[in-house]
Amino acid sequence: MSVTPATTRGRHGSLAWLAVPALVFFVGFAVIPLVGVLALSFTSWDGIGDISVSGFTSWHAVLTDPGLPHALWVTFLVMALSWAVQTPASLLLGVFLAGRQRYRAVLAVLYFVPLLLSSAAIAITYKALLDPNFGLGAGLGIELLAQDWLGEAHLAFGIVIFVVSWQFIPFHSLIYQAGVRQIPRSMYEAAELDGAGRVRRFFSITLPQLKYTIITSSTLMVVGSLTFFDLIFVLTEGGPGDATRVLALDMYKRGFQANLMGPASAIAVILVLVGLALALLLRRLGGRDPSSSQMEGA
Amino acid sequence: MINQLSSTEISVEPRTTSRRTFLSLAMGVPVGAALAACGSSGPTPTGGGASGGGAAAGKATYWYLSTQPQEGIRTASVDRFNKANPNTQIAATTFQNDAYKTKIKTALGAGQAPTIIWGWGGGTLRTYVQAGQVDDLTPWFDQNPAIKDRLFPSSFGAATIDGKIYAMPAEAVQPIVLFYNKKVFDQVGVQPPESWGDIMELVPKFNAAGIAPFSLGGQSRWTNMMWLEFLFDRVGGPELFGAVFDAQKDAWSNPAALDALTKVQDLVKADGFIKGFSSITADSNADQALLYTGKAAMMLHGTWTYGSMALDGGDFVSGGHLGYMNFPPVEGGKGDPSNTVGNPGQYLSIYSKATPEQKETAKKFFATQVLSPDEVKQWIDTGSVPIAKGSESALASSKDAAWLEFVYGVASNAKAFGQSWDQALSPTAAETLLDNISQLFQLSITPEEFAANMNAVIGK
Repeated sequence: MSVTPATTRGRHGSLAWLAVPALVFFVGFAVIPLVGVLALSFTSWDGIGDISVSGFTSWHAVLTDPGLPHALWVTFLVMALSWAVQTPASLLLGVFLAGRQRYRAVLAVLYFVPLLLSSAAIAITYKALLDPNFGLGAGLGIELLAQDWLGEAHLAFGIVIFVVSWQFIPFHSLIYQAGVRQIPRSMYEAAELDGAGRVRRFFSITLPQLKYTIITSSTLMVVGSLTFFDLIFVLTEGGPGDATRVLALDMYKRGFQANLMGPASAIAVILVLVGLALALLLRRLGGRDPSSSQMEGA
Repeated sequence: MINQLSSTEISVEPRTTSRRTFLSLAMGVPVGAALAACGSSGPTPTGGGASGGGAAAGKATYWYLSTQPQEGIRTASVDRFNKANPNTQIAATTFQNDAYKTKIKTALGAGQAPTIIWGWGGGTLRTYVQAGQVDDLTPWFDQNPAIKDRLFPSSFGAATIDGKIYAMPAEAVQPIVLFYNKKVFDQVGVQPPESWGDIMELVPKFNAAGIAPFSLGGQSRWTNMMWLEFLFDRVGGPELFGAVFDAQKDAWSNPAALDALTKVQDLVKADGFIKGFSSITADSNADQALLYTGKAAMMLHGTWTYGSMALDGGDFVSGGHLGYMNFPPVEGGKGDPSNTVGNPGQYLSIYSKATPEQKETAKKFFATQVLSPDEVKQWIDTGSVPIAKGSESALASSKDAAWLEFVYGVASNAKAFGQSWDQALSPTAAETLLDNISQLFQLSITPEEFAANMNAVIGK
């Protein structure tokens, strides 16, 4: 966006203006609201009346609320578990779909269908299917499926992970598919000549070559899972009790249901900080050695 | 999505752009969530066609709930008004219950509220009044005493804040009653409960027959709250919640309150509520479906469900299989068994930032269409008791005469008619209340913890 190699600048003049459209959007939709949220976190406002400055009272209320560590823990669990489920599944699917065979192309189209559906539609559908009295289990008379899926804390949590994965695995498979297709064929051919089997080739060529793809996909998953809101809101509304109340949902409930915009803004700031920290951490994990190229012949 | 897709290409050359991309992703997070919350609760334009609020248009705007059959009645009144007044039109928009409660607050904060604000009066109306968002209608009622005189006097309580009237009472009185499925009672061979002890005895009998004793749409939370409203009243009398409402210190720790909270947990522990109740929402009417399909024997719910059960339940209502009664007394309790809780009416306020023309249109609508003879007839036809005086005679000749006279009797004989707690309290206290109620029903907190959590927000 803003990094312009010196050689280009020297030859053709500054190309910084190319960043202007992106910058305008970034400032308008990210920086300005962020500053607004930060300012709001030091006020008390019920969303309807006047805004009054209240110093650190909102922060104090949020940081001393036992609901915050719980929401943070739930958010972390959702993040870790959905990553642990999605990454292997989408990696394998991506590798499988990277093949050029016709039947794989057909399957790919089917696998990517969840990408086309909105979170709300997915949540409503699953909610109906999982209804213990009118859902799939009751309809087909299968006792095993007629659990209280969304009404029992651990089950509901598992369902949230499942539905989130169902929704996003196709997207990450797409990333991995593209990543795998960029790996030069010659590396596999050389490995084959050396007598490496399928499994060996996967672990010695595909996986290392996908390093940056894995980091990108993981970053999207981890940072994205901080913001899971719509799906959980429709599916469980944070329930039963507060079993699936993630930070983003906690923020919404405080701001728009309890009319506490100050504390809600404080949580929003916490979300930003956690998201930033995670994104930077993941980048570090990607390694800082500039000589470690992923390209052929490295 | 575009943002995410472009990030996939970064994997080729990650060092140049990704940090900024991560930054923007991370920052977009809460902001995006907040924007989404503001923007899209899925309004459905009806009647007049134009959607959305705002004071800019010449048309008056009116938002209300979309549940049938009530929605049809509201829309019909708007249509009648628009037909009679081609120059002063009202554009109507409908919302689901829980979506509406959030949407209207956001719209008021953003200065985009409709001219006519539909609501429940009480604590929520008080926050509107304190923010100067709704007009004082007292002078208008003083100038038009005939309009005030045709409504139930009791309906003005929840519209009155500090001695001034800020809303036009409308629609129907809606006490909460105990519904039961007569077919299921016959099948199991038991009688409707006459006391709390009877209820606890019925629970194992229905469970043994494979029928849930009570249907409950527990994910909506206010549905669970109705149980506490009655148990608090029956155990400790209306003074018990009155102390909370009057912001007395530690009012929730009253022994009677703890007794009521313990009783409701006893019922949960005895499997009194249908399996999966905490994932059922009332907005989908699934709780009613459980009752009329015979999967549950009883249901504590508002009288507004009668109309939808008649509409969706086949011959359940018309065939006389629906039984109903006031909530039974609790042994040794202080509350009068005639007491009830619920909505004393619905409330229509006028947005203070609407244009003078819009406000005039709204007042003309209040005067000519709210509980007009046509509308009163429609309310009665759907099994509701409108809050208009003189409708008693019409109740007796209705096809639902027995039901309507029962509701009328409950509403008019009640020594105390308590307003729904989540509407009587401020939104901040109400949210804490609903949150703790869902945890109480989940058995994840004890009655003592519930009381302690709630004492902390008394008067807020």
